[in-house]
Amino acid sequence: MAQPLRKPAADKKRYVGSSIERIEDLRFLRGKGTYVDDVILEQDVLHAVILRSPVAHGRIRGIDASAARKIEGVHAIITAEDIIASCGAVPLIPIRLHPIPVLEPYKQPVIASDKVRHVGEPVAVIVAVSAAIAEDAMNAIELDIESLPVAADVASAVAKKDGALLFEGTDSNAPLTYTAKKGDADAVFAGAPYTRRERFEVQRITAMTMEPRGLMAVWDTATGTLMVYGAAKVPFFNRGAVAQMLGMEKDAVTLIENDVGGSFGARGEFYTEDFLIPFAARHLGRAVKWIEDRRENLLSMNQARECDADIEIACDRDGIILAFRGTMNYDLGAYPRTNGLVAPRNLTQFVCGPYRVTNIDLSCRCVFTNKTGSGTFRAPGRFESNFFGERLVDMAAQDLGLDPVEMRRKNVLTERDMPWALPTISPSIVPNTSDTSCDSGDYRNTLDRCVQDFGWAKKRELQGKLIDGRYHGIGFGCFIEGGASGPRENARLRLDKDGRVTVSVGSTGVGQGLETVLLQIAADALDMPMDDIRLLHGSTNLLREGWGSYHSRSTVMGGSAILNGAENLKAMIRDKAAALLGCSAAEVHVAGGEAVSPKGNAVSFAQIAETAHIEVDGTFASHHHTYAYGAAAAHVAVDPGTGGVELIDYLVVEDVGRAINPLTVHGQVIGGTVQGLGGVFLEHLVYDSEGQLLTGSLADYLVPTATDYPQVRAVTLEQYPSPLNPLGAKGAGEGGTIVVGGVIANALANALSSLRVQPNVMPLSPMRVWQMVDGARRKSA
Amino acid sequence: MPTQFEVNGRAVEVEVEPRMSLADCLRHELHLTGTHVGCEHGVCGACTVLIDGEAVRACLTLAVQVEGRKVVTVEGLSSEAALSPLQASFRRHNALQCGFCTPGMITTAHALLSEEPDCDADRVREVLSGNICRCTGYIPIVEAVLDARAAYKNGGK
Repeated sequence: MAQPLRKPAADKKRYVGSSIERIEDLRFLRGKGTYVDDVILEQDVLHAVILRSPVAHGRIRGIDASAARKIEGVHAIITAEDIIASCGAVPLIPIRLHPIPVLEPYKQPVIASDKVRHVGEPVAVIVAVSAAIAEDAMNAIELDIESLPVAADVASAVAKKDGALLFEGTDSNAPLTYTAKKGDADAVFAGAPYTRRERFEVQRITAMTMEPRGLMAVWDTATGTLMVYGAAKVPFFNRGAVAQMLGMEKDAVTLIENDVGGSFGARGEFYTEDFLIPFAARHLGRAVKWIEDRRENLLSMNQARECDADIEIACDRDGIILAFRGTMNYDLGAYPRTNGLVAPRNLTQFVCGPYRVTNIDLSCRCVFTNKTGSGTFRAPGRFESNFFGERLVDMAAQDLGLDPVEMRRKNVLTERDMPWALPTISPSIVPNTSDTSCDSGDYRNTLDRCVQDFGWAKKRELQGKLIDGRYHGIGFGCFIEGGASGPRENARLRLDKDGRVTVSVGSTGVGQGLETVLLQIAADALDMPMDDIRLLHGSTNLLREGWGSYHSRSTVMGGSAILNGAENLKAMIRDKAAALLGCSAAEVHVAGGEAVSPKGNAVSFAQIAETAHIEVDGTFASHHHTYAYGAAAAHVAVDPGTGGVELIDYLVVEDVGRAINPLTVHGQVIGGTVQGLGGVFLEHLVYDSEGQLLTGSLADYLVPTATDYPQVRAVTLEQYPSPLNPLGAKGAGEGGTIVVGGVIANALANALSSLRVQPNVMPLSPMRVWQMVDGARRKSA
Repeated sequence: MPTQFEVNGRAVEVEVEPRMSLADCLRHELHLTGTHVGCEHGVCGACTVLIDGEAVRACLTLAVQVEGRKVVTVEGLSSEAALSPLQASFRRHNALQCGFCTPGMITTAHALLSEEPDCDADRVREVLSGNICRCTGYIPIVEAVLDARAAYKNGGK
């Protein structure tokens, strides 16, 4: 079987670090992607729609579905009553991240039974032969809901205005306050030579994934098993959750990850529908599909960002930051859902940003209001905290007569500060195994590069100038980006009979180019062409356990698990090949899809696969976060007559440790920046005082379009690899978003410096900017 | 009601309710799932198809309205053998991430370049501003379309 005298493997091709064009694109560009609504089954599929509460806070008195049930083609109308009859009680959505015990009474029921707490909360599921008939039936249901006092904002909720209490059996709409502490901030403030205190606000926004959510659940009566298509982000957690709620064994439930039209943290978490659609399928013994429409999406997908702050900074006269302290509020909406606490937690910890601040005393109250529940959206709590911190640093620099870049340069962390401990967050889950220390870097390198490539020195001459009727300003900001959260990711590698390798990984593809990036890593580790490796990901039938894609973790965690698996696979191949080649395993060289003996005899992977089943596990565990970091600069021009702001130039420089694929990393930074700019200038989920969403379509909820921000540049550096994983990589999907608010607001403040206005409230819409200008002019007149 | 039209060069006859949108007809009756539905109110552009060469929202068009007309979807602009020059340019420029808006971008850009192969960046931006992309920030999409212009000049495509 051994073939004599084969040439040594050809020049080793390095995939990692190359701008490889994406594998995924080949199907997406041809319209051959398979998103959940594209899955075609052989059996007939029923369609579900969901009747949602029209009021923000109320008690359900009755649901009359008698007329709806008579419509031809309707198979079922499911309410809480049916679910209680089957499950004993209405299941509650588990808190996946930071399950702080005090929040137990606040968890979201999968369907409203006695009360509704936000507009859009599911009340009934209608299943019919088509979505159109299901909608006809939905419109024939009569809902009787007694209105209760609405707490539509933080102030009303904290004060329990008119007696508005969301959860019976509790005494507060604000049961949890996060604190971040380091050193002794009060002592420092008591003696600080300079302090400044400001108030800030960020508005409520949403991820607005291009693909609305959707699920197709298939019940197999013969085997009592459930198959669910449309999983994303965290299929393994969600499988455990739905199995438990349905009283099934985990192994009897399979979640399939199809192509996913964007997550940004929001899509793929466990929502009410992740129970309701599988329940409907089991209830009817059929296949049931639900595809969200855009209004539903804006009313029910996790919302994000809404918070306010009253915080202060203390510095010495040279601009060294001594301390931060203050209080904040986060508007969680009606429920903590699976990960609503991530943003307030991050907000509390990251106000200090990338700076060497040793005294911190910040708190953030988590407040439940009668709005859609919140969750993570790209840069959760990080965008907000960066906006607050970077604004305060700029104001301090101006007050102290310092250049804002120079002041930052004095304060950013350097190599000798590493590892740097961030303030301690409380409460934390027990046991708290995450280490959030900054891992590596010299934060001056991205700052200096940004100053240079942006042309800061030259553009500074424009600061505050009125040119052709517009005020010009430039702004600067720095950031850190946490990523790669633990605890673990798993991979499984199999040598196939055709000599190719199949890699299965628990990480999930949500549009970020996961397949390409992980194939690059696998190909280098196995020393074989990418084309000879298949990558499968996410679905729960691939691995015993997996974690998924969130907290910018898939490249680091999934990639490192694959590295480990590749070593194990090569070891097993060497073992098997040794017997065929007549040498010891240690002497076998594995490369180019074959195993070669010291004498140059070779057996191909296909030949080895004929002799044995070769399949191995790989894993990577870590409790340390990586921190990519960077700096950004913006040049804006403001029309004082309209409040319109043009972004003339924008540059972000980020050190990501190791760029596995520079093309896709660049795409993440540019895309994240523009998405962030939407939150800065355009996006706003507006609610009225009765908790009604006023921006329920894409005509009202504005996101960036191709004409809005044509000038965004990004530079990726790899000067400080992470010491925490074998790739040296750091999570890098969110940095562009984190820094954009602070930088733009600083540029705007500088543009309008002659008017002495401070843009401390988002969004910086034309209306708000015009009001700031107009207010300042009236004051001075 | 029975409706006859041409899709990607093929004559089809479908039985549709008058209220069925062209997008739903293409996707669910004809299984051409490359046409994506992102908002169903004509804002996002993911469902854009070509009707007699013009870029049109398939979610705002009823299937019965295309009786006797020629419809081209992203599948009709694709071949198994190789990416088209426009598609290859998108890939080269990393002009897509999740891929959900991509079919609408391809059909819209194809209609533009077929009519105006010499268009400039401002014109590309103006035309693409009717298509929402949530991933890329549009910059690589505009670059990709500009880079594909050469393939549309001199009547080629």
